[in-house]
Amino acid sequence: MTGTGVGASVRRKEDLRFITGKGNYTDDITLKDQAYGYFLRSPHAHAKIKSINTAKAGKMPGVLGIFTGDDVAKDKLGGLICGWTIHSKDGSGMKAGPHPVLALDKVRFVGDQVALVVAETKDQAKAAAAAVQVTYTVLPHVVDVAKAMKSKVQIHDVASDNRVYNWSLGDEAATAAAFKSAAHVTSMDIVNNRLIPNAMEPRAAIGAYDAGTESYTLYTTSQNPHVARLVISAFHGLAPEHKLRVIAPDVGGGFGSKIFIYGEEVACVWAAKFVGRPIKWTGERSESFLSDAHGRDHVTKAELAVDSSGKITGLRVNTKAAMGAYLSTFASAVPTYLYATLLSGQYNIPNIYAEVDAIYTNTAPVDAYRGAGRPEATYVVERLVETAARELKMDPAEFRRQNFVTQFPHQTPVIMCYDTGDYGAALDKALELSDYKNFARRKAASLKNGKLRGVGFSAYIEACGIAPSAAVGSLGAGVGLWESAEVRVNAVGTIEVLTGSHSHGQGHETTFAQLVSEKLGVDINSVSIVHGDTDKVQMGMGTYGSRSGAVGMHANSKALDKIEAKAKRVAAAVMESSVDDIEFKNGTFTVKGTDKKMAFGEVALASYVGHKFNSNEIEIGLKETSFHDPANFVFPAGVHICEVEVDQDTGLTKIAAYTAVDDFGNLINPMIVEGQVQGGVAQGIGQALLEGAIYDEDSGQLLTGSFMDYNMPRAANMPHIENFKLGFTCTPCPTNPMGIKGCGEAGAIGAPPAVINAITDAIGVRDIAMPATPLTVWSAMQPMQKAAE
Amino acid sequence: MPTLSVKVNGKAVKGDVEGRTLLVEFIRENLGMTGTHVGCDTSQCGACVVHVNGKAIKSCTTLALACEGAEVTTVEGLAKGTELHPMQAAFKEHHGLQCGFCTPGMIMAAIDIVQRHGKKPDEEIVRRELSGNICRCTGYHNIVKAVQAGAANM
Repeated sequence: MTGTGVGASVRRKEDLRFITGKGNYTDDITLKDQAYGYFLRSPHAHAKIKSINTAKAGKMPGVLGIFTGDDVAKDKLGGLICGWTIHSKDGSGMKAGPHPVLALDKVRFVGDQVALVVAETKDQAKAAAAAVQVTYTVLPHVVDVAKAMKSKVQIHDVASDNRVYNWSLGDEAATAAAFKSAAHVTSMDIVNNRLIPNAMEPRAAIGAYDAGTESYTLYTTSQNPHVARLVISAFHGLAPEHKLRVIAPDVGGGFGSKIFIYGEEVACVWAAKFVGRPIKWTGERSESFLSDAHGRDHVTKAELAVDSSGKITGLRVNTKAAMGAYLSTFASAVPTYLYATLLSGQYNIPNIYAEVDAIYTNTAPVDAYRGAGRPEATYVVERLVETAARELKMDPAEFRRQNFVTQFPHQTPVIMCYDTGDYGAALDKALELSDYKNFARRKAASLKNGKLRGVGFSAYIEACGIAPSAAVGSLGAGVGLWESAEVRVNAVGTIEVLTGSHSHGQGHETTFAQLVSEKLGVDINSVSIVHGDTDKVQMGMGTYGSRSGAVGMHANSKALDKIEAKAKRVAAAVMESSVDDIEFKNGTFTVKGTDKKMAFGEVALASYVGHKFNSNEIEIGLKETSFHDPANFVFPAGVHICEVEVDQDTGLTKIAAYTAVDDFGNLINPMIVEGQVQGGVAQGIGQALLEGAIYDEDSGQLLTGSFMDYNMPRAANMPHIENFKLGFTCTPCPTNPMGIKGCGEAGAIGAPPAVINAITDAIGVRDIAMPATPLTVWSAMQPMQKAAE
Repeated sequence: MPTLSVKVNGKAVKGDVEGRTLLVEFIRENLGMTGTHVGCDTSQCGACVVHVNGKAIKSCTTLALACEGAEVTTVEGLAKGTELHPMQAAFKEHHGLQCGFCTPGMIMAAIDIVQRHGKKPDEEIVRRELSGNICRCTGYHNIVKAVQAGAANM
């Protein structure tokens, strides 16, 4: 054994360059003759562009070119697309308004990009942008998703009521019947607050054009460079794929926000041809706030039906989901197939009906953010279940347990078929790890210190490992969601794995190498993982939806199996035996019943030397490719228990203890998996306590446009090391050979309801809005407010 | 254009800078040392932390000319050859980084914490002291562990 195989907490291979300052992020790259781009953005939430005068700006020092929406239109460069078509209940298609690369005729949110100014230096580009004269006719705007459908404001011509679609899932009549016969109904109005992803590396792009080969190169902060190439090639029509190389080098976090194709990167690579020089644009943090796709922003009416024995019989939701001013790349799928399909939670609920209105607002587009739809679903389900348990005077843990799905596979009424799980086991482990039985003692101790202590549960499930191509295709996806791998064994036995997955914090350079180490018996230092460059990796779908383990590594696994099979044929030829007699273990090929053996590296060399076998029968070389399309989603699930302490005088909430027990199937690298959970939980705690994007209703301006206004989780907001407990249960996933599920989003999905359930328990209110800031919590504790509850 | 003379990671360097040039721009653009990052432009995130005359500062809000004659240390100046600084080693050992973007600033801030609080900073101090360094990936759990472990080995 190498000690670097599957299941070992191997320290990360990629760390060396990051801890020594040798990372290679997009803004770190400088191309020869590079010029700088700056985007002039709309100061208005909604306005007609009467005119854009660039004459004065064009004469400013260092200016090389100024590009507007008219230039883009004249060159017939296509607009940005939404890649998932959703149909309304009545069968009509979604109402997708135009989404130009640079605003054309109209701006629809504060931050909408109006012009690209290119100059010798960043400062010159910025100064010239300030001199571009844009005359606007300001239009009324609407930023609140709850009000947009009834507003007189019309954001896109195609959607008179600003509604993109009115979609439904489930059996409406059967669900209504379940509610009619229910012994108890819990109804809640639930708001899922708008979040701004804020990966620490702001988006950036460098576009370059080589006139000699008539080809483009785009360096970009992308989670899926191949998808970017496909879209820019096939939909924008910039250049055919073989004339467009997209490179996503080191990427400083994504969390969904770097999945999408944005106007800035398209504009930079397009304009590079006209300027004749590479154009670099690096977003400032304020641009991230204004123009990165935001997350969540749902307003939901939710109801739960329970019979007299405490059994859940129905769940019904009506959700208004903000899309923002334009449909971002995967926006339409988030509040539909990534949301309503998870409304059964971990529970056996026979009747579910969801109706979703997707609605334009004069805000930044909303799209997938860590969890994408599943945190929204989990928040609805777990707030309802917790509240119902309290109303029924049942222990929230036991109310959950008696409604858990226990037989697998389990077909829910909302498409998903859960393959495997043991929800009771996770609950038991979480109760034990959190020392639930002594909660009352801790509550009393907190009270002595003037603090109100509460406990909250969250039993989440999510569907990830996105996704079976035929299934998503039948639901409207424009692409298949398979993954590719190519394994190249060098003559000396070292290995390069080319993968369509993209690592931007997940540690693939280590975990993917661990799989190779496990399967081929080589040390991970003999393995390189190559990703993020469309000229190296042929095709791939990228990293999001916790898919790189279950889908990306599965493709690797299949390619490695082919390598082993081919190597066995070479070994058999060299050792003059039958292939059937060759055994491969711990990196060594042996001939059954003899002492003949060859190390993996020797077989690799032999396969390239080609002297010892007939090359008409066995092809020279050792290189294999695999494309893998998953058979099903994977279904990680877990139980999170949060304890909070609320200061009665200030309303300040502290996470006193947090326990997360997750079932991710088998773990490739426990250290990395734990890191994913810790980071995800931090984002969930951020949503519950700190973060919320606020647009001013009167001006349409983003009020939370910097780290001084938008409260990012800091180290002091997280539970202390000894109070943050992680545990795992394991039901191996049956649809991939490693038995793994996804772990990237679980924390962000599980945490918000656990925290809010704990706060409402602590202060004795039915509901409280996220983020539960000190002011919100303090206000809720005041006698007048409590009486109104 | 005025000329700036500073020592960066022990090496004397000179460069022409504008009055408005920020220290981080001088480091990244004039010197081509890209380990120091810009994450927010408003002194909040700490991705740009370097040491000037031994003290941690945010290079995104420091004018380069204000550092005339100073000794600047960036993340590139910590390791001695292939031997990592104990704080760098601790970040790796304790998985204190994921995407790596905040990491240079975190490590520079962490070393400064040890210089001011000694080799055994308690968890409360570490968390409070990191209020000017934002990480979106790790939830800080392993960063806090790494800072404490790195401190003990410094």
